[in-house]
Amino acid sequence: MNWMAWTAPTGLFFAVIASALLFLILLELKRPTAVAKGWLPMATTRGDRFFVSLLGAAFIHLFWLSLTDWPVLYASGLAMLWLVAVMAKG
Amino acid sequence: MAQNRVKDNRAWIGVLPVLLIVAFSGVIPLMTVVNYSVQDILDFNTRFFVGLEWYRETLDDPRFVDAFLRQIGFSAAVLIVEIPLGIIVARGMPTDGLRASLLLVLLATPLLIPWNVVGAIWQIYARPDIGLLGVTLNELGIAFNYTSEPLHAWLTLLAMDIWHWTSLVALLAFAGLTSVPAACYQAAELDGASKWQVFRFVELPRLKGVLVIAVLLRLMDSFMIYTEPFVLTGGGPGNTTTFLSQYLATMAVGQFDLGPAAAFSIIYFLFILLFSWLFYTSVMRDEDRS
Repeated sequence: MNWMAWTAPTGLFFAVIASALLFLILLELKRPTAVAKGWLPMATTRGDRFFVSLLGAAFIHLFWLSLTDWPVLYASGLAMLWLVAVMAKG
Repeated sequence: MAQNRVKDNRAWIGVLPVLLIVAFSGVIPLMTVVNYSVQDILDFNTRFFVGLEWYRETLDDPRFVDAFLRQIGFSAAVLIVEIPLGIIVARGMPTDGLRASLLLVLLATPLLIPWNVVGAIWQIYARPDIGLLGVTLNELGIAFNYTSEPLHAWLTLLAMDIWHWTSLVALLAFAGLTSVPAACYQAAELDGASKWQVFRFVELPRLKGVLVIAVLLRLMDSFMIYTEPFVLTGGGPGNTTTFLSQYLATMAVGQFDLGPAAAFSIIYFLFILLFSWLFYTSVMRDEDRS
């Protein structure tokens, strides 16, 4: 695994995403998703909303890095808010 | 119910090889690139964690921003020309018989030529001293020189891409048009529909599926274009035709800056993902409405 050049933060990052995917799979088996229309412009499933959350979180970080010199942890906080907003009401 | 569950599980086992192949060829390499993007890699065993510093540096790099804007301009121009032109060509083609077969083979020919050969063909073809196109334009009094004039370099690149890839759009549109039932045309004729109305209300709705594929393919391909401009203009004159992939290759292969190149790759990947998703979602949303 040395060739993959792992670091603790990236390991944690992927572990969180893998856990979230696993959780979504288990949740799907327990309570299958229904297509629903929230504040996002299109009707989405739970998986769609998760994808939008991740993509949005990535761009929040990119814009933060591009436009400000403030610590990136603020962007992570903003991304968490975005994630909650999309997953709950998107 | 219990039987259904067994069936579903078997289906999952059938998908497993695909998941493994995708993980081996896509997910694991992508994870490695993410790992590289947060480190300063001096050699195989010497590397330092730098956080998101390479991302910040890439996003602040004016050469990256310029290449990005050029890339968007190029992709937009390619789509604006190739999609309508491909539809026009497809509509003008005979639907069956020997002529249709011959035209299909002829249309497919540019798609069979390797990308670096296409670049070489156009490099020679457009040369102002010996190329047929370059010499002809100069004989006509147009001072055409794609090696020194940025506008000429752009036009040559666009012409080359249109020559290479409009066929793909035409073939896809042709496949879509052949699926329109003759009864639809007859009904339109009885209603006294004009040519435009036939296209807009009979053909276009049935072309939607293939056009989505055509636009997505051309969007992604043109956004990743590397070989043809590398051979034709080498990114010049100056940096005026240096697109994202060329700049990335300079960083990763030329300068061996693996950390910054990895951050660059992730940003590049995210934008392609965003554009493709936005486009696909907006088209499919319209589909759901109609």
